[in-house]
Amino acid sequence: MATPISPNVERENYLNKHYGVGSWLLTTDHKRIALLYLLSITFFFFIGGFFALLIRLELLTPASDLVQADTYNKLFTQHGQVMVFFFLIPSIPAVLGNFLIPLMVGAKDLAFPKINLLSWYLYIIGGVMMIHCMLTGGVDSGWTFYVPLSTSFLNTKVVEAGLAIFVTGFSSILTGLNFIVTIHRMRAPGMTWMRLPLFVWAHYATSIIQILGTPVIAITLVLVVAERSLHLGIFDPKLGGDPLLFQHLFWFYSHPAVYIMILPSMGVVTEIIACFSRKRIFGYSFVAMSSIAIAVFGFLVWAHHMFVAGISVYAALIFSLLSYAVAVPSAVKVFNWTATLYKGSIHYDAPMLYAFGFLGLFTIGGLTGLFLSALGVDMHVHDTYFVIAHFHYIMVGGALMGYLGGMHFWWPKISGKLYPEGWARLAALIVFIGFNLTFFPQFILGYLGMPRRYPDYSHMPEFQILNVFSTAGATVLGVGYLLPMIYFLWSMRYGSPAPDNPWNAAGLEWQTQSPPTTFNFDEEPVVTWEAYNYDEIDKGQKEVPQVVG
Amino acid sequence: MAAHHHHHNPALLHHFATEQQQRDSASFGMWIFLATEVMFFGGLFCAYLIYRHWYFGDFAAASTSINAKLGGANTAVLICSSLTVVLAIWAAQTLRRSLMLLMLVLTMLFGAAFLGIKGIEYADKFHEHHVPGASFNFDHEEIPNHPGQYAEPRHAEIFFALYFIMTGLHALHMIIGLGIFSWLFWAAWKGRFTPEYHTPLEIGGLYWHFVDIVWIYLFPLLYLIDRHK
Repeated sequence: MATPISPNVERENYLNKHYGVGSWLLTTDHKRIALLYLLSITFFFFIGGFFALLIRLELLTPASDLVQADTYNKLFTQHGQVMVFFFLIPSIPAVLGNFLIPLMVGAKDLAFPKINLLSWYLYIIGGVMMIHCMLTGGVDSGWTFYVPLSTSFLNTKVVEAGLAIFVTGFSSILTGLNFIVTIHRMRAPGMTWMRLPLFVWAHYATSIIQILGTPVIAITLVLVVAERSLHLGIFDPKLGGDPLLFQHLFWFYSHPAVYIMILPSMGVVTEIIACFSRKRIFGYSFVAMSSIAIAVFGFLVWAHHMFVAGISVYAALIFSLLSYAVAVPSAVKVFNWTATLYKGSIHYDAPMLYAFGFLGLFTIGGLTGLFLSALGVDMHVHDTYFVIAHFHYIMVGGALMGYLGGMHFWWPKISGKLYPEGWARLAALIVFIGFNLTFFPQFILGYLGMPRRYPDYSHMPEFQILNVFSTAGATVLGVGYLLPMIYFLWSMRYGSPAPDNPWNAAGLEWQTQSPPTTFNFDEEPVVTWEAYNYDEIDKGQKEVPQVVG
Repeated sequence: MAAHHHHHNPALLHHFATEQQQRDSASFGMWIFLATEVMFFGGLFCAYLIYRHWYFGDFAAASTSINAKLGGANTAVLICSSLTVVLAIWAAQTLRRSLMLLMLVLTMLFGAAFLGIKGIEYADKFHEHHVPGASFNFDHEEIPNHPGQYAEPRHAEIFFALYFIMTGLHALHMIIGLGIFSWLFWAAWKGRFTPEYHTPLEIGGLYWHFVDIVWIYLFPLLYLIDRHK
């Protein structure tokens, strides 16, 4: 961490310009809205985490002793729904993207500040509906709402959960819409497309998925709610409907949704790797275009979730092939990051530790995704813990590691305070160890045949030892998540004031003060340089940023 | 406060550098929103096409039971309303204030007429027990051009479920459109729109045209499946 500058706490900025609850709840400042999202998604992260904790505690022993099957069904359903729709989807876009995109493109705000606030209120309305649903009995359909189970057989709160997710979906759509228009129309003079930070490209690709995918799950949920409330037969095979149609519509959004989670994280990691290896990103245009390619290919692979659901073998072959194809742009990114590191001047600060964690875990998650794209292997491990481990390596090992890395990288800019670097490195290490201890055993469990969504495995007591590892890992992971929350809060009061550019990083967001003023820049910036001009930055300076533990 | 640009248009928002940028952003934002809308209705069209393919005869029978004259009249009403929207924008561009206000009123009247006719259609379906649910009845309804063959009521019920959801969502969009146009009328009355600045009229118009186009697809797909008289 760089040495702090002399404190200048009296500078006017977006945090101290206005005070009072009203100045937050009615703000149209993208930076304040980002903080509103940060608070809200952190709340839901701990709810989802609490459910995960109960799941892991139940699986500590083979018998279903802590909770019964009915409760267990609700736990994994709501763990999934909360983590996917109320944490991961909004996480990086709504917090870091919201805060940073106007700064990175040199704008005073997003194109539609009021719509930005509206999107947060929609998120909150959906969130309150979800909490109401949980407190009044909850839902146990699995996060996937599969029909006809959800429409004809359950008597839990399917309708409420569906409507909560429907409303929250529009929050996601409006965020994506705002980003696309901002990136197209609000770039500062000289900020050409090929000078944009790759974080912005990643969010552009994400936004495409948000605006084109989310409405499809919205209408699908409308159909589920209508079918359940009015006993229609659109999906019910007894009435002539087709349950596979539901799965097609559901996964048409919910597979690309994984890319809503991972693409922004890739954007974060790109910024961090360039900064902490002090190098221009290797193959800028390939990294930018691979984001777009992931968004496009990501729309064409959904039926790989349905290989055992009864789709035709020809369809399965094509979806298998396309699922392999989507790995190509992802691999392009991994290779370009690795090439950027090559001969870089690497600094092991906390954000970089998270980026390294991301690289390893995302690669494992991606490669096991290829196992699952293979029709034969998928038959064997479908609906087992192998799948659980695979997508947690992507969503937690990938998306969440990127989110935490980004929170550390930009915390000085967001809060104007430095976080304690030593603690942060320790937390990164704990998260990495805890994560692997939790989820690697699940690959083995799945391969050995342990199915997902069962609270009881007493007929297979030999699975217990791996489950004990996993639960122990989850505990370690929990500590790793609590630590940053504690020291971020601590730093807001006791941290040293952050300089404007503590990492000596490229990017317009570092050219303005920390924290920025309400309208970001005193004068409209004019850009005359490429992104990641670290060679020029370091040449022009006598002091390379110091790495102090 | 960041440097203020010298301008006289109170409609220029603080975070835009120029009026051109603000106009482009607003209309681009509406186009993006319409892309979302296409996908929103797209899920329904997808479901419709699959079941129409599976249960063509049943769908044809159910389709024939709807009053195509009312649907046709509604199509004409909406096409007229699209024309009045265009004329309202043209009037704003050419400083014809009373014509602009008149066209906005006419647009809303056409919209209300559409909803009224739709209401009559829904009432007919209700009286005929064609609304999906407990009292649904579609027994002994012949499949067009297949004398002696009767539609399977379960499959016709899927048609009617889709009919009500698709036209219902479309009607909801019409109601929202009426809200938007009431606001546009109020703003036009207050003199907010000039030849230089009438972006809300343009993006409101985009929305209205989109909702019309959805109907242009709904009408033949729902009313004219296999109709010969």
